[in-house]
Amino acid sequence: MSKRTVEFELATPGLDARGRPARTPLGVSAGAAVAAAPAEAEPDLGGDHLLLNIGPQHPATHGVLRLVVELDGEVVVRCIPHVGYLHSGFEKLGEYRHYNQIIPLTDRTDYLSPMSNNVGLALAVEKLMGIEVTERCKVLRVIACEMSRIISHLVWMGTTGIDIGAFTPFLWMFYERERIYNLQEAWTGARLTTSLARVGGMMADVPDGFVDGLRAFCRNFPTTLVEVDRVLTRNAIWCARTQGIGALTAEEAINHSLSGPMLRASGVPYDVRKDRPYLDYETYDFEVPVGEHGDVYDRYLVRFEELVQSTRILEQALDRLPDGPLNVDDPRVILPPKTAAMTDMEAMIFHFKQVMEGVPAPVGEAYFPIENGKGELGYYFVSDGTAKPVRWRIRPPSFINLSALSKMAEGGLLADLIAINASVDIVMGEVDR
Amino acid sequence: MNPSVEALRRQFGPTIGRAWVSCGDTIVHVDAGRITDVLRWLKETPGQQYDYLVDLTAVEYRDPERPLEVVYELFSLERRVPLRVKAELSKDRLEIDSAVPIWAGADWLEREVYDMFGVTFRGHPDLRRILMWETYAEGHPLRKDFPLRGRFSRAEQVRQALGANPEAHYSMEELSIADAYHELPEDMRQRLARGERAVIAEPERERAGE
Repeated sequence: MSKRTVEFELATPGLDARGRPARTPLGVSAGAAVAAAPAEAEPDLGGDHLLLNIGPQHPATHGVLRLVVELDGEVVVRCIPHVGYLHSGFEKLGEYRHYNQIIPLTDRTDYLSPMSNNVGLALAVEKLMGIEVTERCKVLRVIACEMSRIISHLVWMGTTGIDIGAFTPFLWMFYERERIYNLQEAWTGARLTTSLARVGGMMADVPDGFVDGLRAFCRNFPTTLVEVDRVLTRNAIWCARTQGIGALTAEEAINHSLSGPMLRASGVPYDVRKDRPYLDYETYDFEVPVGEHGDVYDRYLVRFEELVQSTRILEQALDRLPDGPLNVDDPRVILPPKTAAMTDMEAMIFHFKQVMEGVPAPVGEAYFPIENGKGELGYYFVSDGTAKPVRWRIRPPSFINLSALSKMAEGGLLADLIAINASVDIVMGEVDR
Repeated sequence: MNPSVEALRRQFGPTIGRAWVSCGDTIVHVDAGRITDVLRWLKETPGQQYDYLVDLTAVEYRDPERPLEVVYELFSLERRVPLRVKAELSKDRLEIDSAVPIWAGADWLEREVYDMFGVTFRGHPDLRRILMWETYAEGHPLRKDFPLRGRFSRAEQVRQALGANPEAHYSMEELSIADAYHELPEDMRQRLARGERAVIAEPERERAGE
């Protein structure tokens, strides 16, 4: 911490040179009667703790999170989070659906990165069924994942800025997010409910003009990042509100099972893309940013650098995007083209069997993790040989990251609790599932 | 097959049950009674170092005869190796030792398994429902005998929601933080002193529903 102390002088009236309020006793200006008043009616408030309820409807809780906080003055003594207000029973619903029918459910868990959720689910089912997807599909899935990561981090940076009091980056971030949402909408037809991936392939190939549009985004996006860097990274208020706040050591972060930027900010270089590679991520040239102090500021730096690295990956993926088939050539897994299903008897039978019976998976189980914007998103499937899973488990990164909130917030100030909660990057759709 | 399985067999003998590979993942079954010993050994032994608890969940099979399984997905950050450990629990005795003393991250995950499957984790510091509310009386939603639309009729669910006590949004532990503790009825204070956390304890109704 000592290396990063930011010195600033405030010329605000009422503050002394060290930023402390220069107090003058009320009585001097307001007359002797006022000065005498506190002496008789000042109750002893020192010993009492205050119970404060934040949320579930509160903008700084990023959704329907409820925090019950025990305060001693302004210091958080205890913080008890309550989750579950958005519980939808996705895991239960998944047990009643065919594998491809589960994909729309994943849109609605981490609704800030639906495309990579879809891809993760398809990858998990393909691992269970032993399907290897085509080269073009792999590269398109990498593009989908990195676009999602950028969207997720942009929303994080914008809303966290608002929580801490910086409004301008929010507007810039949401402007950029809008540009990437337009591309996503052109590809999938939706801004949120993308349902992009399918077991063995993708719902659709990229439309005309998509590649050029994404190239233009990758060209212009770093300009905005430079601006945000200039506004936030060395900003005295931003630094004062984030440095040394909510710090976790590497050991604590591992012990709390944190993942993603939360874990890496604490100095643990674990990234699923590097350490358990999927979709040929090992062949892309990118860096994994790792923090040093594990505080809110380092989490900001890690996410900031990940935006830069994601842009690099996107550019490489666009360069190598191969031609060729998008879906695996297996009529038991992939639906035939609609025209074939209408005119060809065999195609119609395959269509019918897939829609009515689904695609059975062999007996077994598979856990497949991907590196999502929030952290390690894992899907765990247990199959008994039928077309519907016995158990579908989502390993929710923001749920597990949020579980360390009390540990980080206790002993800090109430205002820091807001900054810490923002730094976890939660999506309640995923926390509550 | 992950070589840790052989090391486990050498160390723990018959405690280690079946080990098999599915889709490239090694799965090892462990006697539920010694699960924390095995997990701690896997975490702390040099050469194993499964220091990262990726996930903790449970699986119930459609076959009602099969026991319920608690699943520990482990990963070694040192060696970059995954391992899945399973402990089988007979359905008439869903109890297992808590892994919270080993990994703090198991706290909420075990609460979720308790909430969704009804598995009791012995030694958990704060075993409460987490996704469902504390007075939820329909049972444990991810159990196979739990119907998709819930156990109660829609009319009953609405009736309960309308009749719910809005003051019950704070647990007694939370109320004890505020001054309200001294104004609590004597019996609530006694229950609080005994360590109860739910506002309205409803174990009888919950058991009747199952």
